[in-house]
Amino acid sequence: MEQYLIYNSLNYPILTVLVAVPLFGSLITLFIRGDKYLKIWGLVVTLTTAVLSLPLYSDFDLTTAKYQFAEFRNWIPFAKINYVLGVDGISVLLVLLTTLVMPLCILCSWTYIKERFKEFICVLLIMEAAMVGVFVSLNTVLFFIFWEAMLVPMYLIIAVWGGPRKDYASIKFFLYTLIGSIFLFVAIIAMYVTTGTFFIPELMAHQFSFSYQMWIFWAFTLAFAIKVPMWPVHTWLPAAHVEAPTAGSVILASILLKMGGYGFLRFCLPIAPAATMYCMPYLIAISIMSIIFGGYLALGQNDVKRLIAYSSVGHMGFVTLGIFLLNSVGIKGAILQMLNHGVTTGALFICVGIIYERTHSREISDNSALGMIMPIYVTFLVIFSLSSLAFPGTNSFVGEFLVLMASFSKYKLVGGLAVIGAILAAAYMLRLVQKMVWADSDGHMHHGEKSHLPDLNFRETGTLAFLAIFVFWIGLNPGPFLKIMDTSTLHLLQQLEDGRKVMPAGHGEYHALLNGVGESIRHLIAFK
Amino acid sequence: MTLFLPELALLLTAVVFFFASLGKIKGARLQGLGILFSGMAVLISLYSYGMQGSLFFNAYRVDVFSQIFKVIIAFGLFIVIYLGNGLYGIDDVLQPEYFLFLTLSAFGLMVMSSAVELITIILCLEIHSFALFIIIPFRKKGAYRHQMEAGIKYALFGAAASGISLYGISYIFGMTHTTYLADLVKIIPGVILKQPLMLVGLVMLLSGFFYKLALFPMHFWAPDVYEGAANETSGFVATLPKVGAVALLIRLISLAGVDAVQFTWVLMAFAVLSMTFGNLAALVQNDIKRLLAYSSIAHAGYVMVGLLCATEFGYLSGVYYIVGYLLMNLACFFVIYNLAPQGENITFADLSGLYKRSPLLALTLAVGAFGLAGIPPTIGFTGKLFLFTAAIKKGMYGLIILAVINTGIAIFYYLKMVRAAYTSVESQVSPLNLKLSTSILGIFFIAVILLLGTFPQGFMSVAKEAIAAAIL
Repeated sequence: MEQYLIYNSLNYPILTVLVAVPLFGSLITLFIRGDKYLKIWGLVVTLTTAVLSLPLYSDFDLTTAKYQFAEFRNWIPFAKINYVLGVDGISVLLVLLTTLVMPLCILCSWTYIKERFKEFICVLLIMEAAMVGVFVSLNTVLFFIFWEAMLVPMYLIIAVWGGPRKDYASIKFFLYTLIGSIFLFVAIIAMYVTTGTFFIPELMAHQFSFSYQMWIFWAFTLAFAIKVPMWPVHTWLPAAHVEAPTAGSVILASILLKMGGYGFLRFCLPIAPAATMYCMPYLIAISIMSIIFGGYLALGQNDVKRLIAYSSVGHMGFVTLGIFLLNSVGIKGAILQMLNHGVTTGALFICVGIIYERTHSREISDNSALGMIMPIYVTFLVIFSLSSLAFPGTNSFVGEFLVLMASFSKYKLVGGLAVIGAILAAAYMLRLVQKMVWADSDGHMHHGEKSHLPDLNFRETGTLAFLAIFVFWIGLNPGPFLKIMDTSTLHLLQQLEDGRKVMPAGHGEYHALLNGVGESIRHLIAFK
Repeated sequence: MTLFLPELALLLTAVVFFFASLGKIKGARLQGLGILFSGMAVLISLYSYGMQGSLFFNAYRVDVFSQIFKVIIAFGLFIVIYLGNGLYGIDDVLQPEYFLFLTLSAFGLMVMSSAVELITIILCLEIHSFALFIIIPFRKKGAYRHQMEAGIKYALFGAAASGISLYGISYIFGMTHTTYLADLVKIIPGVILKQPLMLVGLVMLLSGFFYKLALFPMHFWAPDVYEGAANETSGFVATLPKVGAVALLIRLISLAGVDAVQFTWVLMAFAVLSMTFGNLAALVQNDIKRLLAYSSIAHAGYVMVGLLCATEFGYLSGVYYIVGYLLMNLACFFVIYNLAPQGENITFADLSGLYKRSPLLALTLAVGAFGLAGIPPTIGFTGKLFLFTAAIKKGMYGLIILAVINTGIAIFYYLKMVRAAYTSVESQVSPLNLKLSTSILGIFFIAVILLLGTFPQGFMSVAKEAIAAAIL
């Protein structure tokens, strides 16, 4: 156990606290009356969690790939299910993202949610506990419990507070995610029966046979691909995003989708390395499909939320592409891209929520030419839109650039195709910005048209400004963030390298498929 | 005498109800009596936990295994009586008789869990069944006239199942010249691999319990009986007999020994067919009780997955799962019962807007249904975790893949229930005001389903002792 963990040396069990504070906070909401106090309570709990999580950044040991801040307790001894928590360079930033985004979710629901406030805050806090739990669990059963525990609150957020087609959207979300995770469940049990442990680092150290790896790899991949979501299992996402309330969309985009990427990094790559190597070309192909399809579909949307939802599919395609390029730059780019997407897309959904509260429409045509009326709003909208299309100087540029660099260095064809996605992103985001800010406006305010729309108030400005700081911070100085991932990424690649040995004879040319296709196309392009 | 205490406590409860049926005690006072005496039975069975011994020429064995089931059965009866607050579905004049036969039926199950001789087992099964045959048609004559159909179906199928069981016993007795399980366990493992007749006999014997468990192919009665019987009766039929059946199945399946491959194959086929049929049929139901009936057929299949492993861990997870099933199903029936103050059947339409009418009932339903669907951190999830682990340990991957696909299908209709409860309705709905005692029961269900799911260690270590005692 000790060779994998560095026990927590802070004066409080930080990871348990991060799970427990929201959980107890949610219980206490049941005894609070009055919407005003509920909001304040929700904000207090999420802010407390956020502040308590900060030592994860300041006290993080950059030199080790072990799991830090770890805690270990016996839970169900006869089945060897233990309560083990810990973070490494891959998960620590995602935990911080979760704790920092949650207060914003409360803030952006301040006036958006009109009914059943008590239940809303309660469900939101349970959600936070479960999400943090997913990122910090080092026991597969514990991971799975948190993973599934998110499902019910998220379902309720969409089903109770959602838009007109909430019924359809919530059930689709639930079924898709659950069907994926059942296979995850079987893989977890199968691994336990083979190795006798649920402890993730021990599972990583175990050498499974190649065919066994293939089975668990696909079981994992199905679950995580649905969560990411990758083409062709992405169809739940636009429905869920469009119908969810703002806070729901923000949680979905900023954190839930990251769990797919995190799952790939935590389970697929280190536990089934040989299978990962073997299946890499297919996963890369699916990622490319996600990038291009996501972008292409976003181009045709008239509903702002739907447009951003499809853009998420494209952006997350870059994440999975980066992961499955299986080199240091790609993986770091992918993790950074996950953070960027969390910041940027979360912010864009908050923007949509803000305008929806004012005009009660999400159609682009109903929300056009806002530049004169809501100058602060459009400033933020433009910042986040530029970030979304990976404009240099913003956060997404760094992430996307790293992924593209990795893909060009490995497969030129893949890089070339991924660039199409980046171009499409510029096309649909600029179209959105053009319509929403200027449209056919002549630059003068006309009486009677939308002049009643108030600009952002202090709360909304604060929410968006907080995220805008991260847009430029990561955009201009990504060094500290990349440094955190460094050691863990190298360790992950080492695990992959070690696992390569299991590759059976005859599978030497494991990515022959993509190489072959890539090679022939490269010949075509170079007229050789 | 002390060995027989829990059974005596239930008999005493039955006698009390018998005298009540002569007088004019009704309503809350009658229920109070029931709660008092069945609560006492729970305490007595807890007290006699750990006792050991044999009675009636060794046909009746008191061991940890039987005692834990007695506790569960007494407790289940207590909950069913507590839940039947006001007996909405039963005619006033029949209420004491209703409780009387309910208690006798539970008594039958209790003695069944101790029976270790085939004729005794059949006798106990009949005590239990006859009492049930009588109370299933007890239902207020309202818009529903299905209760007679339900009663006749249950009696006919029950009689047929007992007949098949007895026929199976005749084979087994003919081949082994004994009806004592303790003797059979020495003979059968050697015979079953060579003599197909023994396999046939054993499967036929099990059929009587498959009927109680509503396992394919003895499941046909379940939907009609659940639908036709009063809500509180269905709550009983759906839960307690299955616990008894699992107790007996563990004793009987362990007779075959671990190597009986054909026997395992037969059970596996039944388990898979049961799950698949139950889940697919449940998808299209509109009546919630009917839906729960099909879901119970599916759950019988899941439990079977654990039992057919014939390992200690398999039995253990079977026991854990059936207790979880008891709690989750009672939680669902609790909601149904309280939603129908006239004792009518509940459809999806009646569930809509439930979260506005009564948040507690909606939450209880959600926890119960998500538990049945197997979503953590409920007892249903932990149970499935154990069941699947047991089966994968035996290398039955094919079975698990089928079970998992079934779990996926099942989620749809459980979710449909929760969705109905949590969708808002346009029209104004009348709020449901629950009594304090009802609210307590609801909170109890939620707490137990979640806590026992999160912390299974205590229960499992007790059950482990019991299983060790059961495998003769």
